[in-house]
Formats: sequence, structure tokens, C-alpha cells
Amino acid sequence: MIAFLKKYEGLWLFVHSPAAIIATFVAALIFLGALFAPWIALVNPYDLASFSLFDGLLPPAWEDGANPKFLLGTDDQGRDMISSILYGARLSLVIGISALTIAAVIGVGLGLAAGYYGGRFDAIVMRIADVQLALPAILTALLIDGIARGILPAAIQQDLRVAVLTLAIALSLWVNFARTARASTFVQMNKEYVQAAIMMGQRPMRVMFVHILPNILGPLLVILTVDLASAILLEATLSFLGIGLPADSPSLGTLIRIGMQFLLSGEWWILWIPTLFLVALVVSINVLGDFLRDIFNPRLR
Amino acid sequence: MVYFILKRMIQSVFVMLAVAFLAFSLFRFVGDPVSQMTGVETSVADQERLREDLGLNDPFVYQFVRFTGDMFKGDFGYSYRTRQPVADMIASRIPATLELGVVALIISLLVGVPAGVYTALRPRGALTQAILMTTLVGVSIPTFVIGIMLIFIFGVQLGWLPTFGRGGTVQIGSWESSLFTIDGWRALLLPAITLGVYQLTLTMRLVRAEMMEVMRSDYIRFAMARGVPMRRLHYRHALANTMVPVITIIGLQFGGVIAFSIVTESVFQWPGMGLLFLESIRFVDIPVMGVYLVVIAFFFVLVNLVVDLLYVAIDPRLRISDVS
Repeated sequence: MIAFLKKYEGLWLFVHSPAAIIATFVAALIFLGALFAPWIALVNPYDLASFSLFDGLLPPAWEDGANPKFLLGTDDQGRDMISSILYGARLSLVIGISALTIAAVIGVGLGLAAGYYGGRFDAIVMRIADVQLALPAILTALLIDGIARGILPAAIQQDLRVAVLTLAIALSLWVNFARTARASTFVQMNKEYVQAAIMMGQRPMRVMFVHILPNILGPLLVILTVDLASAILLEATLSFLGIGLPADSPSLGTLIRIGMQFLLSGEWWILWIPTLFLVALVVSINVLGDFLRDIFNPRLR
Repeated sequence: MVYFILKRMIQSVFVMLAVAFLAFSLFRFVGDPVSQMTGVETSVADQERLREDLGLNDPFVYQFVRFTGDMFKGDFGYSYRTRQPVADMIASRIPATLELGVVALIISLLVGVPAGVYTALRPRGALTQAILMTTLVGVSIPTFVIGIMLIFIFGVQLGWLPTFGRGGTVQIGSWESSLFTIDGWRALLLPAITLGVYQLTLTMRLVRAEMMEVMRSDYIRFAMARGVPMRRLHYRHALANTMVPVITIIGLQFGGVIAFSIVTESVFQWPGMGLLFLESIRFVDIPVMGVYLVVIAFFFVLVNLVVDLLYVAIDPRLRISDVS
């Protein structure tokens, strides 16, 4: 009943927050666009046969000299901007979400265990977290990427770019999950239901994942949302720096890097349209994160 | 107090040792140093001799001690890529990054602290809402996009400011500075703002939270009841007590400034350490990567040590607590 009321209250707040509604709409639009990219997109940016150089550098439909077929114009290779962006957003989201999943599994697992067992295990995990927190995520991700370049043989490096990038982002984001999970677990450990479960002789794994985890999901959900924005930004930044993905499988960050070459010439759309999409995506996810934080933290209301 | 400082210093030494160990592991285990230094035509016997000469066959602990000792003496080895001493390469890049970082930090404090105080004092004001919304968008815009936007507006459209490089620099000893020429300042402005914007939003939010906390405390209520003028109350009684967290912010932000200077330097082709680090990642130049880490950690530890000392200087309570 209480859970239902809480849900109901959240819904009520949601309906009365225009920012949250707009953010959900924008995020959902980009998510769906990315999900159905292969069916919506005019051309496949990975398939050289599906576009033609003759369509290169066409401006968006509302400008002079545009081809109405390409609503937001084309880049220098003749790729439709909408298609590139849909596929780019798809890649950005796939990497962001998989990195986040890995980070959440590692972080929540370690955090739960640290909170449950306490003592030396807790101290070790938290020291590692402290050290990593001192290094900003982007530096950690760059380092992991650099190490991967050194260790992996050159032949398979190109194929593993996406995996390396995902792992680099995941390993720089797990700390938030671990700290939040640990702090919430500490609170739950003193509750009677946990004590009772332990007393009944249930295995630690069961207590942690079946009893405690459902009760600490709220704060974790906030971290999940906020860190999705971080993961997407991190991927975009790495790809922009030319460390992330190669130019033939562009994510949003890579598209912006390619667009930079047209900064001085008149083809503004190649740079600014992917940029706008990236910012819109991240802003709406952050607005949602703020909204969720307010819901789960009534003191701030 | 001496005990406190001593304790912090010993901790710092351990942090540096840990980072040095990380850098050493990079050197030793990521790629083979010998194959990096020799070509394909080098015979196996020669490679083995080089390995022996470099001491790579010595016990692990011995190698680490020697590595740390060399670092202490300022010998950081040679770059795989340029074959130059890494110490020289990094040293020549330090001034550019430090000047950029410090100016960015000053910008973020000069704007962020007043904005934080204002939004805390007028939580329901229209301007406050506008500022808060702007910062939310500001946090969501990646640093590189802010850089590109500034380049586009002030460099391309208006043509007021240069968009890459350091402009005119002046050599002072071994320190190449762009702070003494108008040209240098013009080149510095856009990168520094880019780097400052992200930090600015953080500064503002923290100052705002802290100020709101202080305004709720008993001594402020009491001062209010006593009839202390609001202006005096806000800027003397309240602000003075938010200074401790503000100093913490500077310490915390230093890491962010250094990390995001990598991005900023890349956008503006600013010849600092960050750009060097990026190049070294691209070419798997392990020695430069390792030394960059050590140098960054050193600055980090140094700044945090100074921050700790400043606490003691600012907050009298910390001085007394030692006695007990």
C-alpha cells in the first residue's frame, strides 16, 4: 500500500513537472530513434553502397540548394545526417548502457558485500574507491584505453575498440554505485528484517540480493540515471579526442569530431546537428536524474 | 599541529609510492621495453644484452626501488616515440597547463562564489531559478562542446580571439609564460573560460548548499534576532564560515581541472601536458604516460597538503583540537 502511494505520489509530481515531461519526451524520442535506426534511417552509414558522393554537403531542407530527401542535410561523404545521427546515437547508447550495466554490477556487488561484511573487506574496497575517486573518470578511462592499446595485439585492436571503450567507461564509473550501495546497506543492516533473516541462518548471498537489494533500489536508480548521462558524455568525449571509436563506425562524439573540420567553412550542420542531439540527450537524462533525486529524497522537496 | 602536518606528509609519501608503483607496473608489464627500444633487425643476443644492461633481469623489488630512486633524482627515462628525456618533455609542457588551470580556477571562483551566495540568499528569486537552470544545462554540455561553441562565436564569427595555440610567450628562466603579453592573454581567454565553466557550476552548487546550511544555523538566527544588519550578517558572519568548504573545493577541483585540461587542450591545440598525454596514449608511449601520472599525482598531493595547512590557518578550532 505504501509502495503504491509512493508510486502514485511520484506520478503526481511527474505530471506537475513540465521539465520532467519534456525531458522524458526528448529522451524517449532519441532512444526509440536509436533503437529502430536500421528501419527508420534513409541510408546505412556503415554501408558504402547505400550513399553516394554526389549527394555530398547538401544543406538541411529549409536552406537554399537542399534536397528535400535529406531533411537535415548530408556530410561530405554524402551520408544523410539523420541516418548518421540515429546510428551514432545507437552506438553511443549501446556503449553507455552496457558500460553502465557492468559498472552497476561491479559497484553494487562490491558495495553490498562491503556493507554486509564490513571490517577489513569494507576497508579495502573503500580505499580502492577513494583512490579512484581522486582520479577523474575521464583520466581513468584514458589510462585504461592506453593500457589496452599496449597489451592487445595490433591485429585485433580495431575489432575490440567498442569492448575496450565500454570497459574503460565501466571501470571509471563503478565507484558511485559501490559507495551508494554500501552506505544504504549499512542503514539496512540494523533493520529487524535483515537481522531476522541472518538469525534464521539464510546464506549471505540471499540476504544481500533478495532482502537488502530491493530496499536500496531507490538511491541506486538515481545514480543509474545520472551516471547514464556521465557514461554517454564520457564516450562522446573519448571519441571526440580520437581515442574512442574509429571514424568508420561513428558515435555521436566521432560525428562531432568529424564536424569540427567544417567549423571554418559554411557547412554548419555537419557539426552542430550532432552536437545538438548529444546535448539534448544528456540534458534530458540529467533533468530526469534531478527529478528522481527529488522524489527519493523528500528532504530536498 | 606539528603532529597533524607530519601525519599528512607521511600519508602523502605513501600515496606517491602507490602511484609510482602504478607507473612502474605500466613500464614493466605493458609492452616489452626492449622490443620498443630496438628494431626488427636487432639480434636476439643483442636484445638479451640490452635487457641485462637495463637491469630488467633483476628481482622485481630491486627494480622498483631503483626506479623510484631514479625518479627522485629527476631521471624519468626516455620517450619511446621521440627518444628524448621524458623529464624535459614534461617540464616544457608544465607552464602551459598550470597557467591554463590556475586562470580557469580563478574564473570559476570569481563567478562561482558570488553566484552561489546570491542563489542561496534569494532561493525563490527569478534570477536564481534562471541561474540554476543554466547550470543544469551547463553540467550537461560536454567541455569540448563548450570549447567548440566559444571558438565558433569568438574565433570564427566575430574573429576577436585566436582559436589555437598560446599566442605570444615570454621566456622567464625555464618557464615559458603567456601571462605577460596581450597576445598571450587573448589566446588564453577562450581555453580558460572553457575549462572554468564546468568547475564554475560545481563551485556555485557547493557554495550555495553550504551557505544555505550556514544560514539555518543557530548563531545566524541569534545574530538576526540581535539586529545585526543583514548585509553584515550575510557577508561577514555567514560567508566567513563558508570559506572552509570553498577551500576544500579548490583542492577537489584541481583534479578536475587537470583532467578536463586534457580535453580543453585538445580542442584549442594548447601545448600543455594534457595534449602530450593524449599523444602518448595514441602512440602507446608508456614512459610519458607513466611520468604524466606521477607528475599529476605529485601536484594533487601538494595541493591537498596546502589545503590542509590552510584549514588550520583559517579555522581556529582545528588548532585547539590538537591539545586534547
